[in-house]
Amino acid sequence: MNKIVTGLVFGAILGLVDGATAWFTPEVRPAIVTILMGSTVKGMVVGLLSGWFARKVNSVTWGVAFGAVIGLFFAYLIAMQPQPSGNHYYLEIMLPGFVVGAIVGFLTQRAGGPSQQTA
Amino acid sequence: MRELTDSTLDHLRAVVDLPDLTGTRYELEGEIGRGGLGVVYAARDQQLQRRVAIKVLDSTLPPLRLEEEARVIASLEHPAIVPIYETGTLPDGRAYYAMKLVAGQRLDRYLHAQLSLSERLRLIQRAGEALAFAHTRGVVHRDLKPQNVMVGSFGEVYVMDWGVEGVAGTPQFRAPEQAGVAGGAPDHRSDVYAMGALLQFLLPGAAPRPLRRIAAKAMAARPDARYVGVPALLLDVQRFQDGLAVVACPETWWQQSRRFAIRNQVLLLLLAAFVAVKFFLFFLRRL
Repeated sequence: MNKIVTGLVFGAILGLVDGATAWFTPEVRPAIVTILMGSTVKGMVVGLLSGWFARKVNSVTWGVAFGAVIGLFFAYLIAMQPQPSGNHYYLEIMLPGFVVGAIVGFLTQRAGGPSQQTA
Repeated sequence: MRELTDSTLDHLRAVVDLPDLTGTRYELEGEIGRGGLGVVYAARDQQLQRRVAIKVLDSTLPPLRLEEEARVIASLEHPAIVPIYETGTLPDGRAYYAMKLVAGQRLDRYLHAQLSLSERLRLIQRAGEALAFAHTRGVVHRDLKPQNVMVGSFGEVYVMDWGVEGVAGTPQFRAPEQAGVAGGAPDHRSDVYAMGALLQFLLPGAAPRPLRRIAAKAMAARPDARYVGVPALLLDVQRFQDGLAVVACPETWWQQSRRFAIRNQVLLLLLAAFVAVKFFLFFLRRL
């Protein structure tokens, strides 16, 4: 499994877990499916970029930092969208997004080999 | 008539013992060591203008012994095995072979207290790779000991003095079956025993327990209780260096968990941070 696929898989799993915790917030529970899909896609995008970065830079520190920053950035893009109630959940979306990005960044550095070259 | 002094007699004896290299391309420089079958001298190859080592067979042994040893070494082309250049016979009938002269020190002299554990393990790995290679060619060393391992000036390791049938080994590094104590004929597992003894020799006084257990397993009295081969022993040493559990030292569930936590502490910290963030946000909403 190369680093990009590793990033996609771990990003999807962690994004799904992150989104699933929205179930504990009753006011957003009706939109859980949309949240799950959005969170999973966000995780996959962060994983894809982290995987690409891991192929370029072999450093756990930089991998974690890169993943955290882009995780924060994409979480910010989602948090910018107002909820039906008109509220923004910056802290609730951006803080976990930051940590999930860091984890995905770490995993893409540690796991997954380079993609196979073809002649 | 004037009597000769002891030192003069010793000198004369030494000169008489020196091999006559007349008719060869080599010019003798001096003795550098003594092996199981003969004496090793430093010499200069006048044709290629380089220094070489020449091993001259003891005059009491049949020339075939040295030829056999030369053939064994010649069949082992490996970076940690000194290559043979040529074989021949001296005017006095003694057999010799010329080989690469290694500029370095014997392992027992190279070893000093300041040598790091990782460097000690590197030496074991390199020597073990040579043995493992030889075993794949069906060759057993039979006399591995620090005196037969050379460390070159750039840290390269050479295993010397490849034994031939009948070599009894050196007591401290000799497997019980070589000494006739245990049943069974000596085989590659006798070298596994010697590798264990060499590892034990290389380890500092306060060596980590897993390494001591690896040496002990390699030195088990029964050959079938040892590692199946040198590669298995080296793999266990490598596992120790990678921070993994070693086969020779089974761990409890608690030790395994602790090792996992140490090896994955960054990941565990990040996962703990994720859980902490989720709990923090959950309780923040309830305020």
